[in-house]
Amino acid sequence: MGSDVSEQGPVVSQARLVLAHAPGMVRHGSKPARELEADPDLAEALFGSLRTFEEAMAYPPNQAFLGALHPRELPERPWVSASADGAERFAPHGEHMPEEELLGLMAAVDEFELLTLGEEVCERAAAALDRHPLGESLDLDRLGAAAGDPEEAAERPGSLPLHLGGEHLVGAMHRADEEDVALHAPVLLENLAAKATATLALLHLVRGADIDPDSIDYVIGCGEEAIGDRYQRGGGNLGKSVAAAAGLGEASGADLKNFCAAPIPALVVAASLVSAGVFQRVAVVAGGSLPKLGMKFEGHLKHEMPVLEDVLAGAAALVERDDGGSPRIRLDAVGRHTVKAGGSNDRIMRALAVEPLERVGIEMLGVDDYATELHNPEVTEPQGSGNVPERNYKIIAALAKRRGEIERDDMDSFVAERGMPGYSPTQGHIASALCYLPHACRRLTGEGGAERVMMLAKGSLFLGRMSELSDGMSVLLERNPNGG
Amino acid sequence: MRELLEGKKVVALGERDGVSGPAIEACIKAAGGEVVLSATECFV
Repeated sequence: MGSDVSEQGPVVSQARLVLAHAPGMVRHGSKPARELEADPDLAEALFGSLRTFEEAMAYPPNQAFLGALHPRELPERPWVSASADGAERFAPHGEHMPEEELLGLMAAVDEFELLTLGEEVCERAAAALDRHPLGESLDLDRLGAAAGDPEEAAERPGSLPLHLGGEHLVGAMHRADEEDVALHAPVLLENLAAKATATLALLHLVRGADIDPDSIDYVIGCGEEAIGDRYQRGGGNLGKSVAAAAGLGEASGADLKNFCAAPIPALVVAASLVSAGVFQRVAVVAGGSLPKLGMKFEGHLKHEMPVLEDVLAGAAALVERDDGGSPRIRLDAVGRHTVKAGGSNDRIMRALAVEPLERVGIEMLGVDDYATELHNPEVTEPQGSGNVPERNYKIIAALAKRRGEIERDDMDSFVAERGMPGYSPTQGHIASALCYLPHACRRLTGEGGAERVMMLAKGSLFLGRMSELSDGMSVLLERNPNGG
Repeated sequence: MRELLEGKKVVALGERDGVSGPAIEACIKAAGGEVVLSATECFV
């Protein structure tokens, strides 16, 4: 390896994803919680429409998420009544964890005894996690500290009852401060769930790829949770918390915030740190978004479908200097949505999908896969939210047509061949291109068949009411010329 | 064109992944309408 740092990468050497089945937490999703408070009679229909672990695991989009098949290999919809053949908990990208183990995992990463779980659940979860391939990396003694009486725990002032599935009370999440709403139980539950799922993904990455945990210098958190107390609500830092929980003793970390779009700038910042020689190995992590559980449940119930938003997701990626085989991150082909680009989707997509390619002299047809907002349309359409990936792909295809690279009649095939059906749970930042990263790594190495993948994500600044703008960023990944 | 929405008050609800609020607002104004509320939302 030469001494010129510009020739030392950066590459994405590993990427992992996890799902954790959380039907009992659907009631604490933002939308279900509000609707249940307004109409408690909804409970019967909502809880009666939750899926079993086996149903959620076999759901074809979840299998595509975990790498058992490529999204373009998904069967025709409806997927909700389909079941992937031979679906297994452990898949190429990670795993699908059952809810009881998720609760145990949350207890194992709970450093402040915020969580109480019933003794039977603690015992079963501890036994299951002890058998888990990553179990030796978890502090299972904490499950003993979490054991208690669920009824008593749920009745403590400010505590939030926790259930397995619909209505089986198994414990409670406690507030950390009586007066500080930033440390009340609902907020802490979101944050602990995010920490647990991000830690699980990072452990899969480190242990699964036999990475020395002490070789990772920095961890960038790019989830959407607001970590902090009332004086710095949302100030962070989950990245270092996850690094500690995963046993990365030599790492530090910080969070990078940009709504759903944050994972792409996080990858770019990680690659820049490596390229500049500041760090040799940087992990990017994101945990699940609990508020988005059950977000579209009304549409599902209306169409007599099960509640499909019943999983938390987690993601981890490792960025490091060129290893001679992993996909390269093209820092000269980063697209950004500038302030003056305004708010039209056409302008945004041009800034993200066209301008960076023009800058480095690559045609849009030179990109094999475009990964954009990959929310599962079977989740969003019943609620009237449409097919989000399809809308974005049509704009990308229209831009290719405008550039004269394809004819109008070729637009559908452009979308079919270079886009893909949305397959991700509506887990915000994880559905925003990040969920494709492990697929991209496989496509860009060995017999994967691709030379370039563009990752493209958007974030909704306007939701915070500080700007009417949205934001977005894209980055080009490329097969390693040294042999991938 | 200008008279299409003349005298009409319009609420413009845009979407991040579709047509944004400001883009709808520009069309409505071009058609002579009055935008009383414009917003862009994200549905995922």
